Amino acid sequence: MSNLENQGPLWEVFIQSKAGQPFKHAGSIHAYDKEMAIENARDVYTRRGEGTALWVVPSAEIVAVSASEANTFFEPADDKVYRHPTFYTLPEGVKQM
Amino acid sequence: MKSLVKYYLEIADSSLILSHRLAENSSNGPFLEEDLACTNVALDLIGMAESIYNEAAKVQADGSSGDDLAYRRSEWEYHNNLLSEQPNTDFAHLMVRQFFLDTYHYYLLMELTKSKDSFLAAVATKSLKEVTYHLRRSSEWMIRLGNGTEESINRVSRAIDNLWRYTGELFTASEVDMELRNKNISADLEVVKNEWEAKISEVFYLANLKRPENQFQLFGGKEGRHSEYMGYILSEMQFLTNKYPEAQW
Repeated sequence: MSNLENQGPLWEVFIQSKAGQPFKHAGSIHAYDKEMAIENARDVYTRRGEGTALWVVPSAEIVAVSASEANTFFEPADDKVYRHPTFYTLPEGVKQM
Repeated sequence: MKSLVKYYLEIADSSLILSHRLAENSSNGPFLEEDLACTNVALDLIGMAESIYNEAAKVQADGSSGDDLAYRRSEWEYHNNLLSEQPNTDFAHLMVRQFFLDTYHYYLLMELTKSKDSFLAAVATKSLKEVTYHLRRSSEWMIRLGNGTEESINRVSRAIDNLWRYTGELFTASEVDMELRNKNISADLEVVKNEWEAKISEVFYLANLKRPENQFQLFGGKEGRHSEYMGYILSEMQFLTNKYPEAQW
């Protein structure tokens, strides 16, 4: 692989495996623009029937929590069991929860 | 050889040889994404070739298999068009060759879906989905190369000039092609040509590219008279079957 700096910006790829399911992050690819990004994503990530719908998002547009802020963001949730829906039984037939 | 078998081979050989050219690019692409995209196209083409070879062997009914047809013939027994055997000189050559042939395949298969030969009609319908995507990809690349940097414009223009001379053969019907045309089995190359011309003009317009003025054309591939590159392709492609004659695909 040559010309690493010449591959265009990075894009994140999200795949939906079936209609109605959530899109899941599959990985990333390089491309120069939107059309090429969706084509590259198709060629790299959906060759074996992984999905029926595809999103690509410029990686630079994703806002992320930095590692140093992770404690303040997520730790307060650890000791509040009452926030988890574990006190009632789910009706049968509910698959996605 | 039966006319139908010869016609099958014209299509299958062009797919096989083009897929071999694309496979040569495997691990040599400009970057990973393009590398995978090229090999995806190569796999689609080899899949189409395989099914046609197997059917051709069945129709021929002389005990030979699809593998025999793909790998155990001499240079002059291959009936692929000259364009598919042209080398991967640079990425522009690879992509212009692909764009010309994707466009050709797309309209050829469109016509073949109407074929009286139910096998051809079925293969065409199945492959058309793949080829639609191939054409989308190579058209997008043409537009980007033509509107890109000075270097990309120079390279894509040079590739168009070098490869244009092999495009006339695509629309020149062989004897069996004309014979099968009368039976509504083969594709009407006049229709394919007009559609091809229109698509090339459309994409060239968007890509700011020009058709070459030199209209000199080369012919012969369909009748087994190949360019100097064909022998090298076959010696590499047939190496395994020559070394291990019992090997199965």
